[in-house]
Amino acid sequence: MNVRVIPRLDLKGPNLVKGVHLEGLRVLGKPEHFAAYYYATGADELVYMDVVASLYGRNSLLDIVERTSREIFIPLTVGGGLRTIEDIRQVLRAGADKVALNTAVVRRPEFIREASRRFGSSTIVVSIEAGRRPDGSYEAYTDNGRERTGLNAFAWALRAAELGAGELMVTSIDREGTGSGYDIELTRRIAESVPIPVIACGGAGEPGHVVQAVREGKADAVSMASILHYEFVANHPREAAFEGEGNVEYLRARRAFSRVKPATLGEVKRQLAAAGLACRPTAEGTVHA
Amino acid sequence: MPESAPQVAVIDYGMGNLFSVRNACRRVGLDATVTSDPAVAAASGALILPGVGAFGDGMQALRDLGMTRVILDAAESGKPILGICLGAQLLMTESEEFGRFKGLGLLRGPVRRFQGPQEEGRPLKIPHVCWSPIRHPDAMQAAPWRGTLLDSVAEGEYMYFVHSYVLMPEDRAMVLSFSRYGQVEFCSSLRAGSIYACQFHPERSGPPGLTVYANLRRLLLERGRNER
Repeated sequence: MNVRVIPRLDLKGPNLVKGVHLEGLRVLGKPEHFAAYYYATGADELVYMDVVASLYGRNSLLDIVERTSREIFIPLTVGGGLRTIEDIRQVLRAGADKVALNTAVVRRPEFIREASRRFGSSTIVVSIEAGRRPDGSYEAYTDNGRERTGLNAFAWALRAAELGAGELMVTSIDREGTGSGYDIELTRRIAESVPIPVIACGGAGEPGHVVQAVREGKADAVSMASILHYEFVANHPREAAFEGEGNVEYLRARRAFSRVKPATLGEVKRQLAAAGLACRPTAEGTVHA
Repeated sequence: MPESAPQVAVIDYGMGNLFSVRNACRRVGLDATVTSDPAVAAASGALILPGVGAFGDGMQALRDLGMTRVILDAAESGKPILGICLGAQLLMTESEEFGRFKGLGLLRGPVRRFQGPQEEGRPLKIPHVCWSPIRHPDAMQAAPWRGTLLDSVAEGEYMYFVHSYVLMPEDRAMVLSFSRYGQVEFCSSLRAGSIYACQFHPERSGPPGLTVYANLRRLLLERGRNER
């Protein structure tokens, strides 16, 4: 099995943002620029998450998806605020290949069955945001970790798989934006209990964390944001250039780098390969027609 | 005089995302129309049958649209047909996905669920969602992909797969490529004349995948020249 390495791009309106644990959102630039860079450097898929998911933002999301899917020929998963069959249909028409669902399916789990019947299981990714409780149990959350659901994350994962989810995207809300590594226990317990692929999410601060998520966390795919975004902004300032709300000052202050070691997709994949974990080699060094 | 973009119909039968297929076609200079109208499909130079979802639902949807006849006629007349993922499976004789269903029967052989793929004693997840290399069949020819839709794709190139069922052609001579999931080797693409079936998604497989569409364009331009 080849591990998939999946850049995750959080969107707010037309901008790529990065949530920093307990600090809120930073604007980093235009998602299309980052997406194009990741496509060219060996991303296996891309995830777009609309982290505000307002009704107003929907058109801008569809716009970005449409522009991206015309240029980028790898799978694109889109999530954030998708509530109905019609919402899903719209993002697929714009060029997404899969959708990630959280709030809507927590409210009404049967929606997983309906959506996977309508669009095929492989199109439906259930996103589980989980937080560790003081007693060591894990609870599922919605709204980027803001709302508790009362659901046990492990029981919910099994249920979602039974109802027809094609994949699970499991995010640790405690680790997300910290750069301190994936929540290995969370990832492993879910990955070992469900028969469908699990994408580990939240906490990657260096390529070694990615290796850990696969080797110890048993993840089938790994998703990451900061390590890739910061590398792009730092090493390709012209391509990432952004005149809007200005990431420049923030990044110049280098606070973002405090716990995050920027790396390219190639570096992430080389570390996976060095650890004996198979993945698709990056485009570097190969020539395509 | 520049040659105009060959027309292809991307058959919309309500199963999954056709828009990435359309985008890939446009990228390589194919004039792709997403359609559920049998007349439009019948008038185009080639048919692409994409799709994700369940086999039985897919066949029913094609019948409801009156599309099965168009596909069978196209096959009869030698018009290129490219089935992708579920679309590839529907070209086969039958499937056992959620029951037993007859397929279009253009390619002889059933579609069967993955049988116990494993790695280091651990069962692998299903669906198989992976980038996996495609390999030459164990043919006598030196360059088995020359002149096919895989022309100039390097052996061992990675393509993107999402599937729980595999194509099981009766005639191994139809196999264009093999791939592997754990210890299970499966047919990842096949060809019979102008009919092609790809289990992987060439439109989601980066530049090597786009080569498949570029080859389809070239094939259509050659056909056009021969008819003139």
